[in-house]
Amino acid sequence: MIWQFDIIILIFMVVAALIALRVKDLLGATLVFGIYSFLICLLWAGMGAVDVAFTEAAVGAGVSTVIMIATVFSTARRSKD
Amino acid sequence: MKLFGFIAVFIVGSVLLVMTMDFPGWGDTSSPASQGQVSSFYIEETINETKVPNMVTAVLADFRGYDTMFETVVIFIAGIGIIAVLRTFSDHSSPAPDEPEEDNEGGDLIIRSTCHLVVPLIQLFALYVVAHGHHSPGGGFQGGVMLGTSYILFALACGLPAAKKRMGERRAIIIAAVGIIIYAGWGVACLLFGGNFLDYSSLDPLLPGDAQMARSHSMLAVEIGVAFTVTAIMFAIYSNLATRGRLEKGL
Repeated sequence: MIWQFDIIILIFMVVAALIALRVKDLLGATLVFGIYSFLICLLWAGMGAVDVAFTEAAVGAGVSTVIMIATVFSTARRSKD
Repeated sequence: MKLFGFIAVFIVGSVLLVMTMDFPGWGDTSSPASQGQVSSFYIEETINETKVPNMVTAVLADFRGYDTMFETVVIFIAGIGIIAVLRTFSDHSSPAPDEPEEDNEGGDLIIRSTCHLVVPLIQLFALYVVAHGHHSPGGGFQGGVMLGTSYILFALACGLPAAKKRMGERRAIIIAAVGIIIYAGWGVACLLFGGNFLDYSSLDPLLPGDAQMARSHSMLAVEIGVAFTVTAIMFAIYSNLATRGRLEKGL
């Protein structure tokens, strides 16, 4: 674990979380969630938890993004609030 | 109202942040988790007892095999629940089980060709992840998710009807159930050979190698069962969500 690397990833994670909350376009918010998952996957890989990182990359960033995109396309693309 | 929400979030968030200070540091050898007998047993004895280098998979599929079996059942139930809630059968269009034109794959030619190139590679890698999960990072869940994703990619690029020919609804449910039957059946086989449920070392006469190698091989078997279920359920969830349960035209 390199702390400079960690700080950068953590800052990016906070930024990604804020963007996902602020963006009105739900498709964009979904993609930002994918970025968030990849960042947390990098953190886990850095800590040596490779299995968890692998699962996060496959499930968190891969499948759940696709499933949320599918849901966004069959509901509304723009957030009301 | 917004201000109240902000204050509540701020207070809860700062309390949580302060509380994380009490956590043991990363890789702290004096933390309770590192000093307990259970974790040192897993770290020291996994390679002797199961001949599996990846102790995460060993804990998941062997020492805590019962948990993983019911996790697989949870995934199965989640998929069945989504199908039960979302699936609708429209009356006006006849079922038309087989379209007359064979090559009705929609979509752009470039996207389709790329997909035809990429999908086999994804599936090969996913099979490697499943088969090598007890020696390297990976396992049934990750490999199954990747296999399911390859079907989803195919459905995205070539349209859902083409993907349904490879993994129809009926076939998906059967594959998902077969996965659980493989896992639970492996446990029952242990019972038949005189051990406890999911006590893989009792399968020694059935499998090559000694009792430790039997545990290693059995981990592969149950991972394959998990991969079956996860693959089918992932594709079933996607296809029902993307078409609002009609399973006709995808995204």
